Amino acid sequence: MLDEAVVARVLGAALWTGGEFAEVFVEDARSSSARLDDGKVEEITSGRARGAGIRVITGDTTGFAHTADLTEGGLVAAAEAASAVARKGGGGTVKVALAGRSDARSTATVLPESVPKSTKVELLARADAAARGEGGGIRQVTATYADSRRRILVANSEGLLASDDQVKTRFAVSAVASGDAGMQTGRESQGYAMGFEFFDEFDVEEAGRAAARRALTKLTARPAPSGTMPVVIKSGGGGVLFHEACGHGLEADLVGKRASVFAGRRGQEVASPLVTLVDDGTMGHEWGAYAVDDEGHPAARNVLIEDGVLTDYMYDLLRARKEGRGSSGNGRRQSYRHLPMVRMTNTFLVNGSEDPEEIIRQTPRGVYVAQLGGGQVNTATGDFVFGMTEAYLIEDGEITDPLRDANPIGNGPEALTLIDVVGNDFAMGSPGTCGKDGQGVPVGDGQPTLRVQALTIGGTAA
Amino acid sequence: MTELAELAALVVGWAAPGEEVEAYLSRSRTTNVRAYAGEVESLSSAEPVGAGIRVITGHRQGFAWAGTLDETVLKETLEEARDNAGFGEPDEFFALAVPDGVAPPQLDLVRDELVSMPIAAKVDLALELERTARSRDPRVTGVRVASFSDSYSETAMATTTGLTFSEASGICYLAVNPLVEEDGDTQTGYGMSAGRAPSELDIERAASDGVDRATRLLGARKPPSRRLTVVLDPEVTADLLSIIGGTLSGEAVLKGRSLFAQREGEAVAAPAVTLVSDPTDPGAFGASRYDGEGLARRRVPLVDAGVLRGFLYDTYSGRRARRASTGSASRSATTPPGVGAPALTLRPGDRTQDELVAAVTDGVYVQDVSGLHSGVNPVSGDFSVGATGLVIRDGAFAEPFREATIASTLQRMLLDVTAVGSDHEWLPSGPAGLTLVIDGVSLGGS
Repeated sequence: MLDEAVVARVLGAALWTGGEFAEVFVEDARSSSARLDDGKVEEITSGRARGAGIRVITGDTTGFAHTADLTEGGLVAAAEAASAVARKGGGGTVKVALAGRSDARSTATVLPESVPKSTKVELLARADAAARGEGGGIRQVTATYADSRRRILVANSEGLLASDDQVKTRFAVSAVASGDAGMQTGRESQGYAMGFEFFDEFDVEEAGRAAARRALTKLTARPAPSGTMPVVIKSGGGGVLFHEACGHGLEADLVGKRASVFAGRRGQEVASPLVTLVDDGTMGHEWGAYAVDDEGHPAARNVLIEDGVLTDYMYDLLRARKEGRGSSGNGRRQSYRHLPMVRMTNTFLVNGSEDPEEIIRQTPRGVYVAQLGGGQVNTATGDFVFGMTEAYLIEDGEITDPLRDANPIGNGPEALTLIDVVGNDFAMGSPGTCGKDGQGVPVGDGQPTLRVQALTIGGTAA
Repeated sequence: MTELAELAALVVGWAAPGEEVEAYLSRSRTTNVRAYAGEVESLSSAEPVGAGIRVITGHRQGFAWAGTLDETVLKETLEEARDNAGFGEPDEFFALAVPDGVAPPQLDLVRDELVSMPIAAKVDLALELERTARSRDPRVTGVRVASFSDSYSETAMATTTGLTFSEASGICYLAVNPLVEEDGDTQTGYGMSAGRAPSELDIERAASDGVDRATRLLGARKPPSRRLTVVLDPEVTADLLSIIGGTLSGEAVLKGRSLFAQREGEAVAAPAVTLVSDPTDPGAFGASRYDGEGLARRRVPLVDAGVLRGFLYDTYSGRRARRASTGSASRSATTPPGVGAPALTLRPGDRTQDELVAAVTDGVYVQDVSGLHSGVNPVSGDFSVGATGLVIRDGAFAEPFREATIASTLQRMLLDVTAVGSDHEWLPSGPAGLTLVIDGVSLGGS
């Protein structure tokens, strides 16, 4: 993407005013998407953004500037802007020697740019037809296709030089159903860190049918209960529970600022012994996977909680340096225009041993959540919410009435200790985007079916 | 003409015969200073640029964008948009906006004071904000972030239908997240101050809001579940207004996704509710002279004393509904235009928040909500979000509560509004905030 000698000179320019560390992050990101709505393929968009973000660190202060001008002149100007904050005595010429380069190649076998747009667009009509075929109650269908290819190059004044080529493909269908009680929605989405070969396995018609069935089922949904009760969460996307209940709370920047209930608890029991929680950026084609993070550090499989005991937090370069240890490969940024910070990758609960059907049978009364939407957490108090987009009542150990959408709420440390059964049907959920401090990054979540003894359901039925 | 406007005109000049082209360009200068533990944690500055090009040819629409204003790249982007248009399906309602004779409001959204503010002064504000928050209360153990941010943006647009505009706006903010601790309990708060010029920023207010909103929650417990009256903090009301605004999009109505389709002229809310989208109000942070398609912004009445008066339209949805565009197109350089709901506001009532609270015997004051994106379904109307705040008992604030939910449906909430506060204030997120009192809401707790 850029000549190594140029990068080395830019790093030197960044350190001219006396900074201790400098980094150049170059990104070339292309994306394309197509949307079918109201029976027509109506929006085909594509875009490309290329630029570099330059960071200079002195002590605890970071200077940052970004530019879309990738000429040496443009980069040096950005380096000078970033280094303005690092003004100390004793600056001057610094020569940066970049070590042997590590380049990760994308494992995508069919790059998005090699696929004709008409082929991408055809998928949408197939999903639309399949969704509408589920019944006359289906009034509206939206199908979206999206792909991206993000090439990055990271170099820093410690000699690191690494690159990655990240391809992603995603497909989603949303349906609106209409009935006597009003309108309802259903959604199905899937995506992986791969190219168009994604569609060799992914059945767009089945996605359309699943979205439509969810919407139609919810036409007869009753208001969700209001109050605290046992909740069984289905395998797969249920992993959002952990993303919110403790994932953010285990990010070292929040821990370091004492803005997390999990601060100072390394080595302590923070969850039921059935809980082993992992954040794994190396996980094959999962949505949150990559070869190197946005600071050039290789992705890693990090065990955060083992048999209920907190083993480690997640780190980026700055937080790791503060504690005199290595980064865990969780330094990520939304784009070259943003500063990196600690972010999750693919966060999941390790498989248990119970039969998922038996978990439901052993629950006299509660709620079964089959699909989750997003969520949110206050890491300082530990209170978190997540959305139920497909849920049912459990009565006498059986799944009965479908429930209208609601947000359950819980407290992270408490909810983790209340997990009393974990199933043996581990699965990863649909692709998600995690938001933190105004930056969105792609993440995956997963878990086996499990039960939390008590969560508060935010319904309206007394 | 500004340089940006000239560039937009240049792009439109490349249109082929019979092809409609719209070029939307933007350039911003942004600064963000974060202070932590008495020092500058980070200082970021940048000049992001973007260009979004829309092509309509043979009733098919395509769009492409780029993160640079380089002419060669703009030519490629136009080519890409043309190519994309070839794969869409024809829709007779696709069209660029045409001049409609409505004059744009006279608004001056730039203050020289912000444009010429030195970086050192920005750094000082962030540091002073952190100091002020830390020293406000002995229970403050730290500040997760104290920041000053600003953005000066220029946008310019040109179309083959003869619309051109260029405009500029500037905004600056202070934001602070204090952490407080007492008896082993930790709480956070959020305080902010926004303005178009640094002299409009109020450090004291941002710091005291941030700290007080945290300390008043210390000792909060999960409340018992029941149905009751809720008093929404102005920030929460603003979030609710944004969601309601989405349900009033003409496009949502046309595509069968709006709760309010075919209900014009009906009472959809309590008489206390008069809702307007008014981007012509100079005090609104969401104010602008032009919409995302180049038409003049105007005041759009939506609900009048509870009765639904109309929807928000852009050119596409307007044509399809056989209505005029209401100048409500929203977009950025990287997205094509769609219907937006800028500067939403309620007609204020005549009582202060204290007076409204005094009239509630059994209720809760909701200071913050969480999970708006996951717990609100604008199609079904289901509304369920996490809530923290203070219990209201016999007209006064009582103990704080947390780890609870408030739930109802959007339709019922609008009808169950019993009062709108007099405390109208434009918020930087776009809508106005006012205290709002709503009956019959389910509180989910123990």
